[in-house]
Amino acid sequence: MKARIIVTPKKAVVDPQGKTVQNALEHMGYQGVKAVHVGKYLEIELESTDRETARRQLEEAAHKFLSNPVIEDYKLEIVD
Amino acid sequence: MNVAVLQFPASNCDQDAVHAIRRLGHSARFVWHKEHSLGDADAVIIPGGFSYGDYLRCGAIARFSPVMQAVRQFADNGGLVLGVCNGFQVLTEAGLLPGALVRNRDLQFHCEHVFLKTLNRDTPFTRRIPSDRPLRIPIAHGEGCYFADPETLERLQKNNQVLWQYCDASGNVTDAANPNGSLLNIAGICNETRNVAGLMPHPERACEAALGSSDGNFIFESMIEALQNKAVARAA
Repeated sequence: MKARIIVTPKKAVVDPQGKTVQNALEHMGYQGVKAVHVGKYLEIELESTDRETARRQLEEAAHKFLSNPVIEDYKLEIVD
Repeated sequence: MNVAVLQFPASNCDQDAVHAIRRLGHSARFVWHKEHSLGDADAVIIPGGFSYGDYLRCGAIARFSPVMQAVRQFADNGGLVLGVCNGFQVLTEAGLLPGALVRNRDLQFHCEHVFLKTLNRDTPFTRRIPSDRPLRIPIAHGEGCYFADPETLERLQKNNQVLWQYCDASGNVTDAANPNGSLLNIAGICNETRNVAGLMPHPERACEAALGSSDGNFIFESMIEALQNKAVARAA
């Protein structure tokens, strides 16, 4: 079993990296890019097969450690 | 004063911090991140650097180290804790100071002298800072842009917890003098109880004339004086 966690900057936080990537895309001729948000992707391999326990533990870890709720949001997904 | 200077893997201003304290005639020693106790320390300095490689987020891993549990307890008991640069990031990650430090708005690493306006001189970290001119102290960081939600910023201002703002040589707080995009030009703050403070600039790199400025000493001397007054009050 695997977990995927995507961490992105909160909308209220200035994201100069996203803005720079957006500008670069525009310079390269890609049109119609409204916004870019650069975040992080974590893939966590789990020994357990108990989805609910895994989810509960990872939600806690994501809130406490893997993301910083002051500046980031996260999405957690458990996959087989 | 007996200062504990924390050492994490990839701390790199630890030696400087110890040097700055010792040259003021006080004792300082290193405390390794795996230690569970701060011993008989009167104050703690969390130095700059790139603790644990700044992996995940700056300060995110250091915050869970054994020594930080001791620092939390020390701070809860009213002990003086100063976080410099990465140390400031560690303190925000630990929740001992509000807000967070994010990537500089221009994505550049800034290594330069800046000027700082001191907003509150009634704290153990600022009481000796002169009021007639701004401090001149260097910064060296890529992620020093202070962020907090509007309610937190309002609370910081209301409680006079903003200790330092980036300003120009004349003391004017302007956007041009803001090196990293910090909200309200914030360079350093303290907690509500005034015993924990953090700042991005490096006072230990401005502790003698040979370094181009000795303004950083005002911060260390403030801490020394605050502790001496506390000791006198205890003895009386």
